[in-house]
Amino acid sequence: MISSDIIFYGWHSLRSYRSRSLLMLIAMSISVASVMLLTALGEGARRYVHDEFASLGTNLVIVLPGKNETSGTGLNTMMGATPRDLTLDDARALARHSAINRIAPINVGSVEASWQSRKREVTLLGSTSDLLELRHWKLAAGQFLPEMDWERATPVCVIGKKVRDEIFGAHAALGQWLRLGQNRYRVIGIMASEGRTIGLDVEETVIIPVASAQSLLNTPSLFRILIESKRRDSMQSVIDFATATIRERHYGEEDVTVITQDAVLQTFDKILSTLTYAVGGIAAISLLVAGILIMNVMLVAVSQRTAEIGLLKALGASRRQIIRLILTEALLLALIGAAAGFVIGIAGSWGIRLAFPDLQAYPPVWAMLASILVALVTGLLFSLLPARKAARLDPVLALQGH
Amino acid sequence: MIRLEQIHRDFQVGDQTVHALDDINLKISQGEYVSVMGPSGSGKSTLLNIIGILDHATSGRYYLDEQNVTDMDEQAESIARNRHIGFVFQAFHLIPRLTAAQNIELPLVLAGTEPALRQQMVAQALKSLSLEDRAHHTPDQLSGGQRQRVAIARATITEPSVLLADEPTGNLDRQSGNEVIETLEALNRKGITLIVVTHDKSLGDRSLRSLAMVDGRIVSDDSV
Repeated sequence: MISSDIIFYGWHSLRSYRSRSLLMLIAMSISVASVMLLTALGEGARRYVHDEFASLGTNLVIVLPGKNETSGTGLNTMMGATPRDLTLDDARALARHSAINRIAPINVGSVEASWQSRKREVTLLGSTSDLLELRHWKLAAGQFLPEMDWERATPVCVIGKKVRDEIFGAHAALGQWLRLGQNRYRVIGIMASEGRTIGLDVEETVIIPVASAQSLLNTPSLFRILIESKRRDSMQSVIDFATATIRERHYGEEDVTVITQDAVLQTFDKILSTLTYAVGGIAAISLLVAGILIMNVMLVAVSQRTAEIGLLKALGASRRQIIRLILTEALLLALIGAAAGFVIGIAGSWGIRLAFPDLQAYPPVWAMLASILVALVTGLLFSLLPARKAARLDPVLALQGH
Repeated sequence: MIRLEQIHRDFQVGDQTVHALDDINLKISQGEYVSVMGPSGSGKSTLLNIIGILDHATSGRYYLDEQNVTDMDEQAESIARNRHIGFVFQAFHLIPRLTAAQNIELPLVLAGTEPALRQQMVAQALKSLSLEDRAHHTPDQLSGGQRQRVAIARATITEPSVLLADEPTGNLDRQSGNEVIETLEALNRKGITLIVVTHDKSLGDRSLRSLAMVDGRIVSDDSV
């Protein structure tokens, strides 16, 4: 039997049992589409988080004061020791390493900002000129903190968009003197509104030189030090250097935590990838259910067409040919169903992207391939039993319609 | 040439064994026209099914064109059915979703014949049975006589040596029945071995050789 004839025959019988075929197509396409949509959502979430972190800079090393560790009742706890502060001198010591591209010590606090009669609580960020590039931020107007000696407490500030809108309103903000706590700072720049941020809302922030922040907040300790290494492969040496340098400066005590952007990102990546696989797997169960439906419907089809199968045998069809005919029919159904599901999946994820532009919900290639493959394999596998049943029919009884 | 030697066919019905065929010895030469008559349950259909290799004898040997059918495997049996045997059934057994031409084509499709050759052969068959204008009609658009003629065209498309007809006129009125019988007899005159199972006496009398069966045995074998 020629393949094109087998396909023609299968196609004809599918068309003559419309409602049955349609039912199976719907089941197949829904399951393929659900695998694609769910994995697209998972993948979209993963990408979202990934981009969030990437926008913070990928070669980032973060030095935090304090170290979490499990220890027994040591001398430190007995004496009530607290971790030593991270200071501007520590940051300066770190800046010596050749693999470091940018470094930004950061100080954070909350102060009241006022101009004329308007007042507002703002997040105060003390830092240096490197911060802008390091965090991939953008300016809407003016300039960022000038490059200068970190110790100089120059009275300038860069404000977030919301601060600008709520304090200065319709007035031009650039060049105005903004009062922060007891001091006045000249507004030299306005931050562009960030599409998304993690942790810190740049729109509600006022940024001043780190030395100014230290005196304003009345503390020498830093919130953290952000370091950007020049190359990805030099990150480990930067981490080692940072750890060693701080230990040395803090009298042999390792009281800081050095983490990388990458480590955090990878953890999220792992969690979200696992999630995507999991929802894909759950959706794949519906493919199995569709397969069982195919088996049921094919079994009914075989008993409906008993006389036809008997006739085929009388005309000289071998068992193998009967099996091939039934399997081809099921495979055609699975193929059309999978194709329909594929189109629905693509359209659906496009719909998700349209509704939630932040979520880049593209179904991953592996999910597309796997769902179609699983659809075809289950279609085939679950029609083996009906096909064998058909092949084994006794032609004499089959022709009598039994 | 068909040769049956000591053919038995037993069926198990409950705990009873029914002898549908009981020691059948039969020789039918190429080109013969044989009718098989007998009451229902006499085993005539079983005999036809065994000759058509749709059923298997419980014991005994069956030679078709000097080939031992008894020893064939399933694959060889289906090839033998396809090449050497044509069936005509009382209920026609046309596939309703296929056109007349597609129904006739079916044995060639199963045999893997090239589509171009198939079309020629089908056109030829339609012509010789005066069904050209019905080629693209589905069975439900055909009369009973036309359906049976399509079935005959399908049974003979592979040019088999044996044509087996089980009550071929059973579902037809007298006139269509006669047409069908004349078609079958015309094929027989061209050399095909024709075996007709019937309980219609007037139909049985037309054949040159007539077998009568009772309780699984051939009780008379008359050659006119």
